[in-house]
Amino acid sequence: MINLLTNNWNEFISGFGWTLLSSVLALFFSLIIGSLFAILEVVPNKFVRIIGNIYVEVFRNIPLLVITMFFYLVIPLYVVKINGFTAGTIGLTIYTSAFIAETVRAGINSVDIGQMEAARSQGMTFWQAMRYIVLPQAFKYVIPPLGNQFVNLVKNSSVLAFVAGFDLMYQGNAIASQTFDTINTYIIVGLFYLIITLPISYYMQHLEKKLA
Amino acid sequence: MQNWIDAYSWINIRFLLQGLWITILISVISVILSFIIGSVLGIIRYSKIPYFSKIIGLIIDVIRNLPLLLIIFFVYFGLPAFGFKPDTIPAAILAMTVFESMMIAEIIRSGIMAVDIGQMEAARAVGMKFPQAMWHIVLPQAYKKMIPALVSQFISLIKDTSLATIIVVPELMQHGQVVYGQDPNYIIPVFVAMAIMYFVVCYALSLLSKFIDRRMA
Repeated sequence: MINLLTNNWNEFISGFGWTLLSSVLALFFSLIIGSLFAILEVVPNKFVRIIGNIYVEVFRNIPLLVITMFFYLVIPLYVVKINGFTAGTIGLTIYTSAFIAETVRAGINSVDIGQMEAARSQGMTFWQAMRYIVLPQAFKYVIPPLGNQFVNLVKNSSVLAFVAGFDLMYQGNAIASQTFDTINTYIIVGLFYLIITLPISYYMQHLEKKLA
Repeated sequence: MQNWIDAYSWINIRFLLQGLWITILISVISVILSFIIGSVLGIIRYSKIPYFSKIIGLIIDVIRNLPLLLIIFFVYFGLPAFGFKPDTIPAAILAMTVFESMMIAEIIRSGIMAVDIGQMEAARAVGMKFPQAMWHIVLPQAYKKMIPALVSQFISLIKDTSLATIIVVPELMQHGQVVYGQDPNYIIPVFVAMAIMYFVVCYALSLLSKFIDRRMA
């Protein structure tokens, strides 16, 4: 197994890098999009709320693979040629943003309604109250579930293998089919995933206990 | 131009529905198996048997933090090295069950922990043994609390069966690929049809879970 690792070190590390890059990019963008839709779900305007709700429910209930393959196949057909990595990261972003929206919305709802009312009665607008009073309090509750979303995101980034995204899973398959040493290759790939996911998920469990 | 009318011919739709049927079949079998295995593992982890619970806990944490896709590959391409070569559908069910059991074990454990410790103590105080108290007193209350988490795990299981397309399991995603493989003008219609089918199944389940949750509260 050591030989397999050292002989294919460059492939494993580049796969690890692409997986990490895709996960971090998708996390960054889905945090922005997710928070935006979470706020849309709690604004006073009912029409806007429905739009936010539809986005969240649609993308939460469709498999990530369907979303990713759609972007991989359809965007090059009509808009612009994109590679598997970009298509995969877009798919991951959209899918994860729906889950983050749900998480952030639960966080906003857990902030006492009196906070918003007090802020409004001081003359703040809805957006000011959201930005300065409600969201900072909501994010505290939201950090553990967001961490778990990031763990899911890293695991889900393995769908990049379907669209030739050069990620860890893709490189693992390539190495496995070259060396015929499937078991050891997949064990090494698994260990690389665990390097990212296991510390985060243990840290989030610790945070959850501390907040509870 | 995308050809919606030909893409939605009855032959294609029927083929997609056959895929949906396999998707549901795999999901239901895996969820039943993983519910049983997950309950056992969750209780073992909760009961803090020296060493044994720690080892089970470590296995749960490791498998939970791996991508399901990796487990599918491992089962389908890795296990034959040990002389065990499952067919595609059993391989998918095996991989799903291994992964989901660990997810459900964690849900069960946190559900049990959410039941007040006094319930267990009271049951033990009136002379019940640990398994009796678990079975008659703690678990019924725990399962009630877990319903939303279990249903949303089931929903993600249904969505995750689409990953099994990589080992050519004839489920919805795979059948969709066969249909749009005939003609690039079928791509968008087929994706819309697949999305609707997945959405209807998953959204119906999430509505059901909300309904049950409200009835119980």
